[in-house]
Amino acid sequence: MARIGVFVCWCGSNIAGTVDVKRVAEEAAKIPGVVEAVDYKYMCSDPGQNTLRKMIKDKNLTGVVLAACSPHMHENTFRKAAVKEGLNPYFIEIANIREQVSWVHEDKEKATEKAIDLLKMMVEKVKKNKPIEDVRVPLTKKALVIGGGISGIQAALDIANGGVEVILVEKEPSIGGKMIQLDETFPTLDCSSCIMTPKMVEVYQHPNIKLYTYSELEEVSGYIGNFNVKIKKKARSIVEKDCTGCGDCWNICPMHKNVKSEFNVNLSERTAIYVPFPQAVPLIPVIDRSVCLHYKKGGKCQKCYDACGPKCINFDLQDEIIEEKVGAIVAATGYDLMENSLYGEYGYGQFKDVISGLQFERLLSASGPTEGVVKRPSDGKTPETIVFIQCVGSRDPEKGVPYCSKVCCMYTAKHAKLFAHKVHGSQSYVFYIDIRATSKGYEEFVRGTMENEGAIYLRGRVSKIYEDNGKLIVKGADTLSGNQVEIAADMVVLATGVIPKKGSDKMAQMLGISYDKYGFYTESHPKLRPAESSTAGIYLAGMAQGPRDIPESVVSGSAAASKILGLFSKSEYEVEGTIASVNKTTCVGCFYCRRVCAYSAISKEEIKDRNGNVLKVVANVNSGLCAGCGACVNACFSKSIDLKGYLDEQIFAEIKSLAV
Amino acid sequence: MKLAYYPGCSLKGTSFEYEVSLLKILEALNIEIQEIPDWNCCGASAAHSLNHNLSVALPARNLAIAENNGFEEVLAPCAACSSRLKTAKYEMGSDDILKKKITDSLEMPYSNSLNISNMLEFLINVAGKEKIKSLVKKPLSGLKVASYYGCLLVRPPKVMKFDDPDRPVSMDELVALTGAVPVDYSYKTECCGAINSLSKPDVVMALTGKILYDIKEHGADLVVVACPLCHSNLDVRQREIERKYAERIGLPVLFITELLGLAFGFSPEELAIGGHMVTADKVLKKIS
Repeated sequence: MARIGVFVCWCGSNIAGTVDVKRVAEEAAKIPGVVEAVDYKYMCSDPGQNTLRKMIKDKNLTGVVLAACSPHMHENTFRKAAVKEGLNPYFIEIANIREQVSWVHEDKEKATEKAIDLLKMMVEKVKKNKPIEDVRVPLTKKALVIGGGISGIQAALDIANGGVEVILVEKEPSIGGKMIQLDETFPTLDCSSCIMTPKMVEVYQHPNIKLYTYSELEEVSGYIGNFNVKIKKKARSIVEKDCTGCGDCWNICPMHKNVKSEFNVNLSERTAIYVPFPQAVPLIPVIDRSVCLHYKKGGKCQKCYDACGPKCINFDLQDEIIEEKVGAIVAATGYDLMENSLYGEYGYGQFKDVISGLQFERLLSASGPTEGVVKRPSDGKTPETIVFIQCVGSRDPEKGVPYCSKVCCMYTAKHAKLFAHKVHGSQSYVFYIDIRATSKGYEEFVRGTMENEGAIYLRGRVSKIYEDNGKLIVKGADTLSGNQVEIAADMVVLATGVIPKKGSDKMAQMLGISYDKYGFYTESHPKLRPAESSTAGIYLAGMAQGPRDIPESVVSGSAAASKILGLFSKSEYEVEGTIASVNKTTCVGCFYCRRVCAYSAISKEEIKDRNGNVLKVVANVNSGLCAGCGACVNACFSKSIDLKGYLDEQIFAEIKSLAV
Repeated sequence: MKLAYYPGCSLKGTSFEYEVSLLKILEALNIEIQEIPDWNCCGASAAHSLNHNLSVALPARNLAIAENNGFEEVLAPCAACSSRLKTAKYEMGSDDILKKKITDSLEMPYSNSLNISNMLEFLINVAGKEKIKSLVKKPLSGLKVASYYGCLLVRPPKVMKFDDPDRPVSMDELVALTGAVPVDYSYKTECCGAINSLSKPDVVMALTGKILYDIKEHGADLVVVACPLCHSNLDVRQREIERKYAERIGLPVLFITELLGLAFGFSPEELAIGGHMVTADKVLKKIS
């Protein structure tokens, strides 16, 4: 016989202001099976919980219904209190009379009626509740970090320093990401490579980090604590362990023209066998087979092989597939910049001196194609006037993306500042929509560019750029003075918008995590779970989540790492017991459930007789993966799947309670 | 395929040379066209500045008549006309409520199915470059020709869906077919000032002047256009601009149809080239 206790919470005046809580409690007491019904000002407070515990003990309750706020708020609080008195936590039910009643209704009489109805439903449900045990899954205490940019590096180092093994996979031949391409960083103007290279080296030398560069993730299966991953290590054509990084091979390579350097964003050439930049980690070259003469001309050229002292070049090396088992994954796949050619009116690609912000970084950088001397690409002359255009693609729903790319205001101010430092007597103009400089020291930095370096900021957009006698004529609007302006510039720098890394949508599909319409990975909760993806065990970091600057990327890398270290601090991972379960007797093995499962939680299981003959194939729910969404329950034709805690009989009991 | 011809007001008036030369080259191309019966004003810039429904209804009536007469394709040589016709089709195609409202007011069936071409689209997509090339009897070798597109031939891109909105090349391609040398310059799609010619001639002279001097600087012998209003600003205002800036320009401005006509072997008289304000005599001597 059910012995149910009912607690009606006032939530101060939040509920009691609109719902007659006393009457709700009185009505509840009349429901068969309810042994006592009380109201209390704040059920979530310590005295409130004590009342709950006391009644469970004194009245020997078999179930509890709270008429209170949303279960999202305090279900766990009350479950914990119940467990302390020896009651299975799944015998706590909550009728949400705050968000669903008092906050949305005004008529006290009707609101009270509705609150009573909701409460009745939960009482009927709890009568049918069955004890549910939480699921425990084992943990493989090893992490995979995808992406070797600053956020991936930070995550890998933090996890590794916490004593956990890490596998870091990077697509490019070197780690370092976009940050290593930058010159100096705002707002402190410390040199990017000076602060980045020590971290890269630390990754390479860390005993807990296994680094796979020039490698890509090929396949991911499994679930939290138990992911199986396949990594494709692309053939470098170099026997890595023998290479000393001496450079004899790339210095002799005859393919030193026509292949644009990715690292210098097409502003210089690289050889077919190359390291992307001198501080590359690892300092091991890679042969670009699409341009190498050895591969293109049937093995005729082998100059690098001849020049190589340790003879570590092997033209026949093949791609390798490496299989690893990990317990958690960090997706830090980074970002790309939009196509500048989207804005035909700015003539990117047509005019050599219209360049992107990242290209300007390379022009400023001492390790760049001009060794840090600002020279324009067309004729190598030092520009005296540069026009910077912000929001190229960002905040432009018509042609680009509606969101703000966040870093452009700051790096443009930095560009203008560094340009003034490098070319004395020069003049910068910055076209902007708004200046967004909100972090520590940012506003002062932008002010400094305006006031100390004399950059002229014009609020408005550029409509068109023409070439006239070797000058770029920039036509735009100054919306503050209401005038049209025309500036004859030597060079134009476009602050191109940030978009997710190409293929990030494919990566998200492989990982089974959700992403937004642009391709940025979506957080489990935008405010309270910003480091977690929608899938347990997969964490997010860096620009793959959306535009952010270096400090934020570092913070997000550390956040993902701390989540993983926290997860690995336990011996097993606990999953809520409200998951789907299959009745294997009635299951006909149609696997329609498999098609609707968004979490890939359903697998095939063979039922065999004692001789090992397969009798039938049925669905099996992987408890580590199941999120308890119930989609399979609805999809099942033979009604063979139930969601624990939401059994048909429980739902029907709720509905019947309303039929008067 | 039955081809409908929508002349609009300009080709019957100030830009009669455009129509004369067009009919000549169509004769050579062996393409038959028929004027849309009882056509009306396309609305030009006036209608869409005043009344949105009217700006769609006016061109829609012309399209509906063409459709009900069994045409599948409409040629509107005037850039403003083609822009209005195409915009009407685009707007009705993306807004069912508007389409119903306009169709109801037309009082005749209308399915919004016609293909509309401006002059450049027509020459490239309907007539075809191969055929044009094969008809060139008198190559215009040695002539340097600047193509001026202005605003409406290629923009807005989502409506026009033709050529590159910022760096168009279709007219230059046609110029190259005649044997003349296309001249590249900066202001191909810059505004000529359009209808401000009537209300704010100073603005037009500043804008058109910039275009003409830039073309001159790049060494062109003449300019070709495919828009009556561009033509009027570049040709009729040229003298005034020269006076204002005290620098000679002397650039004849021809319609693309006139240039093709010359290459096809028609005489300047047959093409009504003498109708323009800036004489082309001197330039034409280069090729005769």
